[in-house]
Amino acid sequence: MPPPISAAEIADEALVEGSSLWKDAWSRLRKNRLAVGSLFTFIFIVLFCIVGPWISPWEANTQDLFLGATGPSAQHWFGTDTLGRDLMVRVMYGGRISLLVGLVATLVALSIGVIYGATAGYVGGRTDSAMMRFVDLLYAIPFTIFVILLMVAFGRSLWLMFVAIGAVEWLSMARIVRSGVIGLKKQEFVEAAVSLGYSHRRIILRHLIPNVLGPVIVIATLTVPAVMLLEAFLSFLGLGVQPPDASWGVLINEGQQNMEIYPWLLIWPAAFFATTLFCLNFIGDGLRDALDPKSAKD
Amino acid sequence: MRSIPFSSYIVRFLFAFAMIGSLTACGSGERETQRAARDGILLFGNGSEPKGIDPHLVTGVPENKIISALVEGLVSYHPTSDLESSPGMAERWESNADFTVWTFYLRDAKWTNGDPVRAQDFVYSWQRILSPELGAEYAPMLYVIKNAEAFNTGGLKDFSQVGVKALDDKTLQVTLGGSTSYFPLMLQHYSFFPVNPRAVEEHGGMTDRQSGWSTFDNYVGNGPFRLKQWVTNQVIEVERNPDYWDAKTVKLNGIRFFPIDNINAEETMFRNDRLHITNQVFPDKIPVFAEKMPEQLRNDPYLGTYFYRINVTRKPFNDPRVRRALALSLDKKLLVEKVTKGGQAPATGYVPTGIPGYEASTAVSFRPDEARRLLAEAGYPGGKGFPKTEIMINTSEAHRKVAEAVQELWRRELGIEIGIYNQEWKVYLDNQSSLNFDLSRSGWIADYAHPSTFVDMFTTGNGNNDTGWSSARYDALIEAARRAGSEEERVRLMHDAEEVLLNEMPIVPIYWYTRVYLLDTKVKGWYPKLLDNHPYKHVWLEPDASEAGK
Amino acid sequence: MLKFVIARLLQGILVLLAIYAVTFFLVAATPGSPFSTERAIAPEILAQIEAFYGYDKPTSERFFTSLTNVLQGEFGPSAVYANRTVTQIIAESFPVSLLLGSLALLVALGIGIPAGILAAVKRNTWLDYIPMSVSMAGICLPTFVMGPLLALLFGLILNWLPVGGWFGPEFWILPTATLGLYYAAYFARLTRGGMLEMLNQDFVRTARAKGVPETTIVLKHCLKGGLIPAITFLGPALAGIISGSFVVETIFQVPGLGQWFVRAALNRDDFLVLGLTVLFATLIVIMNLLVDIAQVALNPRLKYD
Repeated sequence: MPPPISAAEIADEALVEGSSLWKDAWSRLRKNRLAVGSLFTFIFIVLFCIVGPWISPWEANTQDLFLGATGPSAQHWFGTDTLGRDLMVRVMYGGRISLLVGLVATLVALSIGVIYGATAGYVGGRTDSAMMRFVDLLYAIPFTIFVILLMVAFGRSLWLMFVAIGAVEWLSMARIVRSGVIGLKKQEFVEAAVSLGYSHRRIILRHLIPNVLGPVIVIATLTVPAVMLLEAFLSFLGLGVQPPDASWGVLINEGQQNMEIYPWLLIWPAAFFATTLFCLNFIGDGLRDALDPKSAKD
Repeated sequence: MRSIPFSSYIVRFLFAFAMIGSLTACGSGERETQRAARDGILLFGNGSEPKGIDPHLVTGVPENKIISALVEGLVSYHPTSDLESSPGMAERWESNADFTVWTFYLRDAKWTNGDPVRAQDFVYSWQRILSPELGAEYAPMLYVIKNAEAFNTGGLKDFSQVGVKALDDKTLQVTLGGSTSYFPLMLQHYSFFPVNPRAVEEHGGMTDRQSGWSTFDNYVGNGPFRLKQWVTNQVIEVERNPDYWDAKTVKLNGIRFFPIDNINAEETMFRNDRLHITNQVFPDKIPVFAEKMPEQLRNDPYLGTYFYRINVTRKPFNDPRVRRALALSLDKKLLVEKVTKGGQAPATGYVPTGIPGYEASTAVSFRPDEARRLLAEAGYPGGKGFPKTEIMINTSEAHRKVAEAVQELWRRELGIEIGIYNQEWKVYLDNQSSLNFDLSRSGWIADYAHPSTFVDMFTTGNGNNDTGWSSARYDALIEAARRAGSEEERVRLMHDAEEVLLNEMPIVPIYWYTRVYLLDTKVKGWYPKLLDNHPYKHVWLEPDASEAGK
Repeated sequence: MLKFVIARLLQGILVLLAIYAVTFFLVAATPGSPFSTERAIAPEILAQIEAFYGYDKPTSERFFTSLTNVLQGEFGPSAVYANRTVTQIIAESFPVSLLLGSLALLVALGIGIPAGILAAVKRNTWLDYIPMSVSMAGICLPTFVMGPLLALLFGLILNWLPVGGWFGPEFWILPTATLGLYYAAYFARLTRGGMLEMLNQDFVRTARAKGVPETTIVLKHCLKGGLIPAITFLGPALAGIISGSFVVETIFQVPGLGQWFVRAALNRDDFLVLGLTVLFATLIVIMNLLVDIAQVALNPRLKYD
């Protein structure tokens, strides 16, 4: 008969287990060549967008109307747009905006979704079902109408736009966290923490949320591209970023209209956009494979 | 070095390839445009799904294009010129010496339900559009008629006091509020069109906004065409009306109106040989079309002005010197050549060129030095200390590009930073009418070919003023023009009023419009028209001889 | 099971009511009115129009009037499109979206599920990467790029297919492909995930050890369970896909429902917004119910609760 283990030991074990889980996950992730390649490409794109404008001699909004749209050249590596602005710098700035939209909206979605889902799952019972019915309710509102009305009302500010998009994207997050928490709740270390009289807040934040972080990170890497696509859709409707700034979505929409006569206006932003989405999706899939405890049996 | 040749080769290659593809009908037999041309069916790109086809309740261009095929007013469009009216339901008309009383003599014509068209129908129709309960948005077009405004706004209840009277079945007498020599031009507008009283009464009555008379099943018209088919968001088809009084002139067998709001989708359809005429062309592609298919690219003068409204109630725009500085510092020639690309004319005044007898103003030319001096006098030398302000635009690729260029030009010439605020259409309208903007993108297309359609709107308190600007002198000149005894005097007074406006500059005129669109070479009898009013009864189609054998 | 269905339907009705209220007040709070036009309208005329559609009443009163009407099946007129009722607009455009959506779904499933299975079986090899990359292309390029590209290629350059309109089967191909490719990626990924999970189960090891052929393992033992995530997604996807896609409909001139969602919101055509919302929410509620039933059918360990 093994020696009795104290509740505190069990409770803390979960935290230790957490770190080795990450180590295992990383070693598994490294085996996935596609995911690793995607990760490096993504980092490169992010650096390109952040550092690029400091190095480039051109300004994103400075026009040369006499020049107009020209193809890639020694001065303008990506070419220029119809108002004679350097496309490379615009793609870099556009990337900053699009990635920021993706990141901030995802963080908003993440915070709402995780806290909401964890609370619902942890409290359980009637509160849980009421909270989840509310999520069902939001699911059933037609997304297009909802987003357009929000954009019309808040379109003025980029930050409100992030928040509005985030406020729409948290639903799946909440569902996944909730089901994760419900699974964990019955496990020993949570029961141990409860018996130790830890506060609900501490249990949710210290014990439950860290243990559902795996699926949450996966969902997050998949939410970023979803948000970026949504932003692109809003740009198609003309409801995106305020001019003269442009996100990738705006640039792609502009390029799409000119694709036959000035193909570079579509190719460059679309290439960056698609590559980023590709990478994020593969990173997400790779993380899912890596963090899935069952695949440890391989 | 401007661009390396390689990329331009790609462009040419792609475009040429696409062109060849669309011109050679490989495998799919006869092209749609050719087949339709043989059948005498015009394939018409018509912007968007019409909000209705009741001439008294609609306000838009796509609606107008359909209604003008189905209904005919007292006058009809002239085949080649929008500066005159052709006989329509009225065989002839005359006026008294000071153009205040007009008499129209109606011809024998029939509605599609068999009723004869009578003078009383016009009285009924004008009472309908002027009835306050109907809430017709275009009712103010009829305010030119004596007492019409009072009746429409509810002050006058008795319609018999409004200046329209049927002397008998075939004679209509109209008394105007003031002398209006161009009244027959105004009559081309669909707000003056008749509706069939019996049809209206059968489906809800005179003042019912949701009256069913204008649905597909119940529609009654008197025009050269009648409804044949209506699939929402897809096509509205009209066919030749055999009972039309001038049916022998009508050459087309029918017209299919396609509601296509996406400019690229429309262009694709045209090049896919599914349309004879497009509603518009994407600005950046105009030079390409001009080079590749010049015989299909049409660029017609169009009576309208593109301008920015200035909110004169806000600082720093309450200072006329600032407003003048903005207007004089804009290199509009550069703007139309490099940005809008549609052959538009740089606006040197407000009322566009093209109206006979009215010489367009040249007050607002490009004088950057004077602009900088004015700005310095106003307290912002070199743009220093100029407050943060914005151009409000409604969502549209074209407006965005113009605003971005204007922003840059002002930065360059005056050293001021002006932001751009892109607003969704309805919010933009609300903001504009409640003066909640600094500068607002605007456009005005003439309702009829006379300067009054432009200058009337900037009087104090006019619903379309939307700048907060008010000038007693301007108001007095417009009022005097309304009462002027002769056309020459009226035009001179209006000209003076425009100079007052351009001196105070509550607007920044940017360019005078053109209509740029693609027109299949099979379409004949299609003339450039200042107001883009094309009488379909004079249009015909000639199938391509080279394709005829297919 | 009957009890479960009834309970869910009752819940669904509550959800619909709540959504109705949320949407109504959201539209009411959004700036802009269905009647604002570019040319000024005299205030007297505007007042008449507003009175005609009941806008002169306070918002709360309008809410209860409209709710009462809707409960009686009366969705009211469009405030912008004269002579057209909300019911008419939906009745005209919904069948088109239904057809386009169903075809696109077939494309999505036809590409997505085989790609997902192949990717899962050949995990971390090129037979995983290539089908996943191909199916991913549909979501990495926005539909407003994919659509015009396909239109340019097949409509103008190759000149194989007509572009613009919904006049017959040859017009269906490009919109179906554009919309289908977009959803294919989702199905591929969900199937891959679900299949991987099944392939890692203990019984698969046992089966392999016993020498059961791999094809049998994949198709007979794992497929059913592996499809569960895809089927869970099918519910919301189906509701989304058959209620139309604005972008695809705009690019290819398809007279479907998707354009109306955008147009109604932009016009502030609130009766139409409400009608569309109720339609969409009803679809979601029904689809989710069907998905739940399908899940139980596929996985006997689940029970109705």
